[in-house]
Amino acid sequence: MPLLNLNLKVWRQDNADSEGRIESYEAKEIPTSASFLEMIDIVNDRLIKDNKEPIHFDHDCREGICGMCSMTINGVPHSKEQGITTCQLHMRKFSDGETIWIEPFRANAFPVVKDLVTDRSSFDRIIQAGGYISARTGSAPDAHATPVPKADADAAFDAAACIGCGACVAACKNASAMLFVSAKASHLNHLPQGQVEKDSRTLAMVRQMDEEGFGNCTNQFECEAVCPKEISAEHIAKLNRDYLAATARETVS
Amino acid sequence: MSASTCSLCAFAKSSIGRKLIVALTGLALVLFLAGHLSGNLLIFAGRDAFNEYAHFLHTFLHGMGVWIARIGLLACFALHLVFTVLLTKENKAARTAYAREATVQAPKSSLIMIWSGLTILAFVVYHILHFTIRIDSELAELGKNDPWEMVILGFQDSIVVLFYIIAMTLLCSHLSHGVASIFQTLGLRTKKTASAIKFVSQAYAIIIYVGFLSIPIAIKLFGYGCDK
Ligand code: HEM
Ligand code: FES
Repeated sequence: MPLLNLNLKVWRQDNADSEGRIESYEAKEIPTSASFLEMIDIVNDRLIKDNKEPIHFDHDCREGICGMCSMTINGVPHSKEQGITTCQLHMRKFSDGETIWIEPFRANAFPVVKDLVTDRSSFDRIIQAGGYISARTGSAPDAHATPVPKADADAAFDAAACIGCGACVAACKNASAMLFVSAKASHLNHLPQGQVEKDSRTLAMVRQMDEEGFGNCTNQFECEAVCPKEISAEHIAKLNRDYLAATARETVS
Repeated sequence: MSASTCSLCAFAKSSIGRKLIVALTGLALVLFLAGHLSGNLLIFAGRDAFNEYAHFLHTFLHGMGVWIARIGLLACFALHLVFTVLLTKENKAARTAYAREATVQAPKSSLIMIWSGLTILAFVVYHILHFTIRIDSELAELGKNDPWEMVILGFQDSIVVLFYIIAMTLLCSHLSHGVASIFQTLGLRTKKTASAIKFVSQAYAIIIYVGFLSIPIAIKLFGYGCDK
């Protein structure tokens, strides 16, 4: 099996308050079959053997569904490969002798906890503000009890593919959370079950997004380009529309 | 903090609300530019046609028309300026830089909006002093009786023409991202219409660029209107 020798430039930061720095590591004899996270695992094993602090990073499912593996690889969240998360990235995409820059997702609304680990609970607070429907609890209703037009079901499903990883924010020049917020709002705003709270949801989620200190969208679509779930910026247009309509209705009433 | 007692105030404070203000004022300016260009191109229809047009502008609605337009444009320009500067400052403050920055696909024009915008601002100030207020006494004299001749004379200076070229280049850059942006901000862009919108935006920017520059270039480089 071919092996790679790589130079890593990794962001190290002891805690949220300390200043971070880039440190260099040699990653020798990395199998091309390893995933990117496994490559860091190998480097960390060696650091631990040398009695050094391993590189801290987030991960969980390692199959592209949980959205935890946040890191920016050569300036691009989840790397320049399209439609995948970092855990789905393979080392065969790199060549021998390459230098790889690894940094945390950067946004003031995502403070660094340690090294590559960031605190993305600002996303949770946006969901708490309106990313839900209030429904009667109890046994699940029949699947066909509420008919959903096909086009709406498809659009809602595309939006619902968002895993909340934060790559959109990390790729945005303004650290804007518009793709995330629009996907979460669009998912529910497209469905009959989401109509009752549509306006209050839209206003509350946008208000929370602004309070968390995310930047403003400048329609550059870097978010769409890096999204591992390839969520379309079309949802941002819908959020703008829904927000305008919600404001108009609120003003009139 | 009083949560929205006034929903319009909340709107003007929200990120999307302020973007919508930028888009609507931008749209007004875009429409103005189209009108301004069509009028200006009458310079090629000859002295009489152009002067008649200038006379019409100044006497329309008993001379009120031009002032209504000026005040409206000034308001749009000021709002556009204030909100874009505000948004840009917030955007810069929202994150720290990567040690290794990368841009996946955002065009250069979209990255320099504030700089192209500020160049337009400098240009507009100069342009108004040049042809509207006319700080040059010779141009001021001509402006009253023969605006056509004023334009021909106004573009005799190479430095002036060079500044017009630089400003129009940045205006073209501003518009190539800005016009497409209007559709997205107003919520009118979809996957299906995305490429058509991009085309319209770039075509509009190029028409504005070629159209406005044709005048100083024709005068300075090809001596249009210079043979008495
Ligand atoms: C004739 C003058 C101008 C025209 C026609 C114009 C047009 C536009 C348009 C159509 C947009 C897009 C709005 C949107 O986001 O949907 C825009 C955005 C913008 N403009 Fe202007 N503008 C002009 C002058 C200025 C000036 C003087 C500045 C000075 C700072 C400026 C700075 C900006 C900035 C920073 C943006 C935001 C870009 C973004 O969100 O991506 N513009 N402009
Ligand atoms: S670890 Fe779950 S998506 Fe990468």
